[in-house]
Amino acid sequence: MSFTDIMKSLSDGFSVTLMIFGITLAASLPLGLVFTFGSMSKILPLRWLTKFVVWVVRGTPLMLQIILIFYGPGLLNWDLKFSRLNAVLIAFIINYSCYFSEIYRAGLESIPKGQYEAGQVLGMTKPQIFFRVVLMQVVKRIVPPMGNEIITLVKDTSLARVIAVTELVKAAEDIISHYANIKVYIYIAVFYLAFTALVTWLLHLAEKKLSYYSV
Amino acid sequence: MAFLEISNIKKSFGKTEVLKGIDFTMEKGEVLVIIGSSGSGKTTLLRCINFLETPDSGSITVNGENLFKAGEPYSDREKREKRLHFGMVFQQFNLFPQYTVLKNITLAPELREFKDKKLSRAEKKALSLQIEKNARLLLETVGLSEKAASYPCELSGGQQQRVAIARALALRPDILCFDEPTSALDPELTGEVLRVIRGLKSSDRTMIVVTHEMNFARGVADKVIYMADGVIEEFGTPDEVFGKPKSDKTKAFLSSAKD
Ligand SMILES: Nc1ncnc2c1ncn2[C@@H]1O[C@H](COP(=O)(O)OP(=O)(O)O)[C@@H](O)[C@H]1O
Ligand SMILES: [Mg+2]
Repeated sequence: MSFTDIMKSLSDGFSVTLMIFGITLAASLPLGLVFTFGSMSKILPLRWLTKFVVWVVRGTPLMLQIILIFYGPGLLNWDLKFSRLNAVLIAFIINYSCYFSEIYRAGLESIPKGQYEAGQVLGMTKPQIFFRVVLMQVVKRIVPPMGNEIITLVKDTSLARVIAVTELVKAAEDIISHYANIKVYIYIAVFYLAFTALVTWLLHLAEKKLSYYSV
Repeated sequence: MAFLEISNIKKSFGKTEVLKGIDFTMEKGEVLVIIGSSGSGKTTLLRCINFLETPDSGSITVNGENLFKAGEPYSDREKREKRLHFGMVFQQFNLFPQYTVLKNITLAPELREFKDKKLSRAEKKALSLQIEKNARLLLETVGLSEKAASYPCELSGGQQQRVAIARALALRPDILCFDEPTSALDPELTGEVLRVIRGLKSSDRTMIVVTHEMNFARGVADKVIYMADGVIEEFGTPDEVFGKPKSDKTKAFLSSAKD
């Protein structure tokens, strides 16, 4: 297998990796906020339910969650079947929403009560206080922990191969099992490194942009 | 009828009764200073007046308009309107860190003026300019004109507190409340804040000031309340309260505050 052919196969795998990464991120960032509001809700059953879901998801391996979502419905004779890729995306989105929601919650809880009260005595409405006073402070505080999670997500995408979704690692393994070319592992390491370096740099830019004030 | 009438304000947290029936009145342009040892309920009283806490009983009337009567349900919207009769300066300043000094002052007036109103672009612009002009005047009043573009983290505590005063004034409250405005400051920074408050007195601002600065209190007050254990233990002119206190508790407090 020529180098160009190898690169072509790896690129196909990498595009699946990128897709899992991008869709998970795009869906989990907002969905995490929904989980946060659920876990801070005044409606007790909703709060308990959200906290229970977050507890289960954070307490079990993502790999297991992918397997359960893909094979679970069939084993239970449910009339529900996800494609391999959809099962992966569902598992990733739920998993990352839970982790993000905890970061959001910690961020929200770290804002001093005085900020809300200052908004209140200045006659602001609750949405105004949230969007104009609190939100940017939360964003600033959560960029570093969110960055860690996002870097982890880059690497977690490789778990998709557990149900035979051909992302980057699976693409490499397929080549290696045929051609026993161990260098392919080095190539994909370079793919991951380049990708995480790009993400790290973007996060660094975000942090820098927010560094004009301190909270 | 007095400008501000506070009657029979009571407030408990759980089983502890923090305010046990507070009554007082004050006139327009007066400065009322509240002193008392920590835990006596001063902050809770200011928070009740500013609708940050809901009293269990009592009523609050400003300029003949009843703002609060215990037991009556108030919507968030009503509370917002009513609390604008009062301004509040907190011990911890509570400036918004992500905004410049100027924006800290203009934010609330802009949100208020622009909300629920259909304004043309030109009208908005004119209104913005108006609000900004007023904010700059207020910054001048507190002596911080040159800091308009700074962020709170770039200011000293004393400067931050002066911005907080300007921010509260921007909404033109009838009565401005201060909760120990200098307690979080290094001693060398208290002077500049107290000077600003004295300046406001000479322009006839109606103010309620909770403070531990006894000399300042005596100098700036028209009326003094000494609070102890959730009641008004002593009420009178500074000369009465500081010069010839009637109650033993007041005497004990004042002599301990001297050293
Ligand atoms: N939100 C609250 N929950 C429970 N207790 C409170 C609360 N706020 C104040 N207290 C209690 O009320 C008492 C009076 O507090 P405060 O009004 O802050 O007094 P001061 O400002 O005179 O020091 C204190 O014993 C305090 O612990
Ligand atoms: Mg206090």
